[in-house]
Amino acid sequence: MSLIARHFEASGLPTLIIGSALDILEAGRPPRAQFLNYPLGFEAGPFMDKKGQLEVIRHGLKGFETIDRESIKPLSFTWNAGWELIRQREGEVKSDDTRSPRNTEPQYQTEEDRQAADGLA
Amino acid sequence: MPPAQYIEITRRTYDKLGYPPYRWFHADSEPAFAPVEKPLSESRLGMISTAGTYLQGQVAYHYKDDTSIRAIANDAPIDKIRFSHITENYLVEARKDSGTVFPLESLKTLEAEGVIGELAAEFLTCMGGIYSQKRVVDELIPNLEAAVKKQNLDLLLLVPL
Repeated sequence: MSLIARHFEASGLPTLIIGSALDILEAGRPPRAQFLNYPLGFEAGPFMDKKGQLEVIRHGLKGFETIDRESIKPLSFTWNAGWELIRQREGEVKSDDTRSPRNTEPQYQTEEDRQAADGLA
Repeated sequence: MPPAQYIEITRRTYDKLGYPPYRWFHADSEPAFAPVEKPLSESRLGMISTAGTYLQGQVAYHYKDDTSIRAIANDAPIDKIRFSHITENYLVEARKDSGTVFPLESLKTLEAEGVIGELAAEFLTCMGGIYSQKRVVDELIPNLEAAVKKQNLDLLLLVPL
């Protein structure tokens, strides 16, 4: 994502990342980023919590107006229940291998999706 | 909760499984910094999601360096938003509540409140887990750039997975 941010910024379009992997952001040095210390998969806010999601994006977007030089600024939200949710879920996974098979078949979320896109692939 | 060390966690896991290490992008220079010319409330905002987001009816992403992109209308039905990303383990909840990684509803609300001047008619998506940085630069970014150019944006929000 940092590569994309750096590219558009260099073309003159201001960008802002709202991200949750601080070390990956630090390695990529994007121009503007807000760090949300939530588990991956919740970069736009907490699960089943529309109000919480709205506040994350509302505060995250302020970075366009408050960041005036290359920075990764922490957002002040915390979500202990989210980390606990992930800990419990990961405890149930048997394998260390969380990569999905790498081939060029479209990976539909549901069989219904595959049928809905039938003929397009 | 201290920030998780994802690069180290992934390196250890791949090493244990005998995979070559994932090569994260490491910048070797300062980024360009484009000035923000006007307030968010007067700006046209676009978004790119790298969560492999697609809409039911579109072709899903594949997991072998897919450099294609999708456009999702900003008034798309929320219950038709889907995800196909190589790290599916991070998408268990997003597949039940897409707002955790694809903030379409939050952005629409902020536009209605006047916090955002205007949203692009379509949000753009791509696959974040591309192993070849060369293909990101040579294929994915030009695909995104061509789509972004048509949107006449003032600001671009980027939401990774």
